[in-house]
Amino acid sequence: MTDFLGNHLNLNVGLLLPEIILAVGSVLVVFLDMFWEKAGRGSAPLVTFLTLIAAGVASASDIDAVDDFARMVSIDNFTTFFRFMFIGVGIMLVIGGWEYVDKHVNHPAEFYALLLLSTVGAIFMASARDLLIAYLGIEVLSFSLYIAVSLGKNDNRAGEAGLKYVLLGGVASAMLLYGLSLLYGVAGSTQYGDIAGALQGDLTGLHMPLILGLTLIVSGLGFKVSAVPFHMWAPDAYEGAPMPVTAYLSATSKGATLALFLRWFGGPLLPAIGDWQWMMAVIATLTMVFGNLIALQQHNVKRLLAYSSIAQGGFMLMAVTTVSDISASALLVHLGGYVITNLALFLAIIQFYNRTGKEEITDFAGLSRTNPYLAVVITAGLFSLAGMPLLAGFFTKFILFQAVVQGGFLWLVVVAVVGSTVSLFYYLQVIRQMYIYEPVGDASRWTISGSGYIATGVLLAAIVFVGIQGAPLYTVADRAAFALFDGAPVAAAAGHAAPAAPAAAPKAGGH
Amino acid sequence: MLTLFLLLPVTGAVLSLFLPEEKQHDAKWIALVFSGAAFAVSVVVFALFNASVPGYQFVNTFEWIAASDAGFRIRYTVGVDGLSAPLVLLLGLLSVVSVLVSWRIEVKAKQYFAWLLFMETAVAGVFLSLDLIQFFLFWELELLPMFMLISQWGSGRRLYSATKFLIYTLAGSAFMLVGFLVLGATAGTFDIAELTAKPVTQAVVPLTFVFWAIMLAFLVKLPTFPVHTWLPDAHTDAPTAVSVMLAGVLLKMGGYGIIRIALPLLPQQAHDSRLILASLAGFSVLWGAVITLRQTDLKRLVAYSSVSHMGYVLLGVSAMGSLGLSGAAMQMFTHGTITGLLFVVVGLIYDRTHTREISQMSGLMHRMPVVGTVFVIAGLASLGLPGMSGFVAEMTTFLGSLDAHPVATAAGIFGVVLSAGYILWTVQRVLHGPATDRWKELTDATSWWEVTAMASLVFVILAVGIYPALLTTAVQAGIAPIAQIMEGVS
Repeated sequence: MTDFLGNHLNLNVGLLLPEIILAVGSVLVVFLDMFWEKAGRGSAPLVTFLTLIAAGVASASDIDAVDDFARMVSIDNFTTFFRFMFIGVGIMLVIGGWEYVDKHVNHPAEFYALLLLSTVGAIFMASARDLLIAYLGIEVLSFSLYIAVSLGKNDNRAGEAGLKYVLLGGVASAMLLYGLSLLYGVAGSTQYGDIAGALQGDLTGLHMPLILGLTLIVSGLGFKVSAVPFHMWAPDAYEGAPMPVTAYLSATSKGATLALFLRWFGGPLLPAIGDWQWMMAVIATLTMVFGNLIALQQHNVKRLLAYSSIAQGGFMLMAVTTVSDISASALLVHLGGYVITNLALFLAIIQFYNRTGKEEITDFAGLSRTNPYLAVVITAGLFSLAGMPLLAGFFTKFILFQAVVQGGFLWLVVVAVVGSTVSLFYYLQVIRQMYIYEPVGDASRWTISGSGYIATGVLLAAIVFVGIQGAPLYTVADRAAFALFDGAPVAAAAGHAAPAAPAAAPKAGGH
Repeated sequence: MLTLFLLLPVTGAVLSLFLPEEKQHDAKWIALVFSGAAFAVSVVVFALFNASVPGYQFVNTFEWIAASDAGFRIRYTVGVDGLSAPLVLLLGLLSVVSVLVSWRIEVKAKQYFAWLLFMETAVAGVFLSLDLIQFFLFWELELLPMFMLISQWGSGRRLYSATKFLIYTLAGSAFMLVGFLVLGATAGTFDIAELTAKPVTQAVVPLTFVFWAIMLAFLVKLPTFPVHTWLPDAHTDAPTAVSVMLAGVLLKMGGYGIIRIALPLLPQQAHDSRLILASLAGFSVLWGAVITLRQTDLKRLVAYSSVSHMGYVLLGVSAMGSLGLSGAAMQMFTHGTITGLLFVVVGLIYDRTHTREISQMSGLMHRMPVVGTVFVIAGLASLGLPGMSGFVAEMTTFLGSLDAHPVATAAGIFGVVLSAGYILWTVQRVLHGPATDRWKELTDATSWWEVTAMASLVFVILAVGIYPALLTTAVQAGIAPIAQIMEGVS
């Protein structure tokens, strides 16, 4: 079949099978909840779990595929990488978070439906090859999350979080859309491939709208990835949201936005690298500096992790700054390690909250006495985020830094390394509480549920495994990045990055 | 063989962690067995080490992350040469000693010994690694047990000291990582041997910056003025065994790093910076010694004397010749044994008196002659009495640095005079003087673990002092290629 311009359209719906499964599952969860009371409370998580598994199995058939659906969606290893990542996040959240959702969330079934639906949006953000599809993906993800953030039961903060998130998120979406329309005006197409071609051509007289459009796009995406100075919503949303949603925000939502960053800035916008590279470098720097500094003052563990994930986002934006196949691969590696680590941390904290109902850092005092296992998981997670050896964070961060150095932005790495050092200090605040202080009040041992052990145990093992033998992760990240840069753009990246590198060098020397 | 040395302690650590709660006092036996086995391995390595063969020996390597996996490669490579072999031996010995002096640890014993053993593995990794990233990995890894040991089993302001230690070291190592990344990205390899053979001469940033970024981490660890202030706090508040390890082997990581990495990888920049290094060294020696004279806390006194004595290492390095470097390498070994012994003795005294205030002690020699005698031996070795190991090392260092840096060397020699002052003064105040009633009840150190710990270190100090070739053959073999590089630049 062809469209009215005569382009061949591939309408093989099978390519979208994982997303279709997820969407159907989402509807199923809601309908079950509404119309079949006998199903009981356990049905929603179970259906969600099975849906995710089925979507994962369906994704497996697309490994190494190079295809597109109706010129709108790319099915390649990059897409597959993120499909697996987002589906994996969902599975872990269901296993590790169902008790929490049962107790502390209004309308559990809606939570699960939104979880599935937002995963569909996230996957489309990673797989889109057309600005409109990407924008729809963003909105599907965002709208699901606007609701999910305010689902907390008996928590006044949930409303504040939801409202703040929806207002600021709406502004960000509007900015993004405006930026995209300007970009469309400049390039004359919403297709990634056509945009790249148009931006390589003659841009006389179009430079101003392009810069304006890029600024708006970077700002809009900056909101979504909670980069400084567009981060204000993140700490409140993280704090007010139910914990599994917080975990989701820090993992899938952030991952999907970074996927979009890579798709856009490594593809259609790559020819304009000279115009946006400095913006990205500035934002990355601000994010790393302020994310880490503000984290130092936090006393709520969710806020602490919010700022820590802001700072981690800054590290990853460095790799967007120097975008190339190497740094894209490094970003994916770091993102993978970060998602595993952050999930482990959040699930451990969810288990802690299930038992104690507390979330201040000082509430963790003496956890090494009362539940040594959770203390180990949290310690491993925090140390991994800080980049301590033998845990996932060490090599992933190292690979990321190395890629950025190779990209010619040594001064960014200097900032990152210093920021990373600072970060260890606030991570230690929690570890100190757990190991050095005595438990307050009840000092008896307690245990977590079997599913809690499974979820945290798998993630803990993954942290250690990636830290010692991360080759599988590097391989898949490399293949995903290769799919992104397959063909001409790599050469274009080299050509455009080269003039930028000497410009960065003298600056670095001054540090 | 070396991998075995690396794995033995950590295996012991894991085993001891899995001890049932009620049997946790058996952790010390596990620790003793595993650190003893590691020590045996280190002795074998040192004995089989062939000084006439150039290059690294007992090399054990495999591809950790293959190039085909991720577009770059990291190798796991361990090996020893004449520079690291003595340090490995020292590490093996001091680990056993530190387990022995911890024999009475009761609180959370299994975690304590697990961390202690884990630290041995981490430090061993630093001495054995022949790949920059692997080196950095172990360098960072060592912080963890150190922080935990000081903050949980220390005394006084233990949390403050542990955090201070952590921040200083981390700040240093952060810059080291930047330096490594620049070197690695420029040369396309992180292999120390390859980088030594073909030093990087051009990079995206001035190599002087890279040199100082890397040096900073080592200078903090050494430590040298003005980044030494974490050391007295860490030592004072650490448990005895940790002080022994800290002074004995952890500080050597700094000196080792300078000689193994900073110098041969960036010889030109090192050569250009030699005057600064010599000035820092000379000033550290004097400054450390002067401050030592003013200490009233016995442990703090030994800690500050470390600052002064590690200044000799930097002095020897700054001469950048074979004699100076050999002196520095030997000083590292001998300082490890001597100061290790001093901390053992101070720990034994503190166990009994429960005070470290020098002014409160008097005539301890009457009450505990064994401890007193060992204290005197360690003190004399520390001030460089001929016939003991300290003399050999200091003499070599001075001979090596005299031509290159006469003023700094003069400062160093004057430091020896000062150290004679504070050592003898301390011995006089603590051990001699009237035998007061307050210390009537003190018992001497006669338990087997105390005696073994002291005797082994005294034996090594005397053996090296009387027959230095035990050490010098290996050290010179290790230093020769590095000295050759350094003498090649001008």
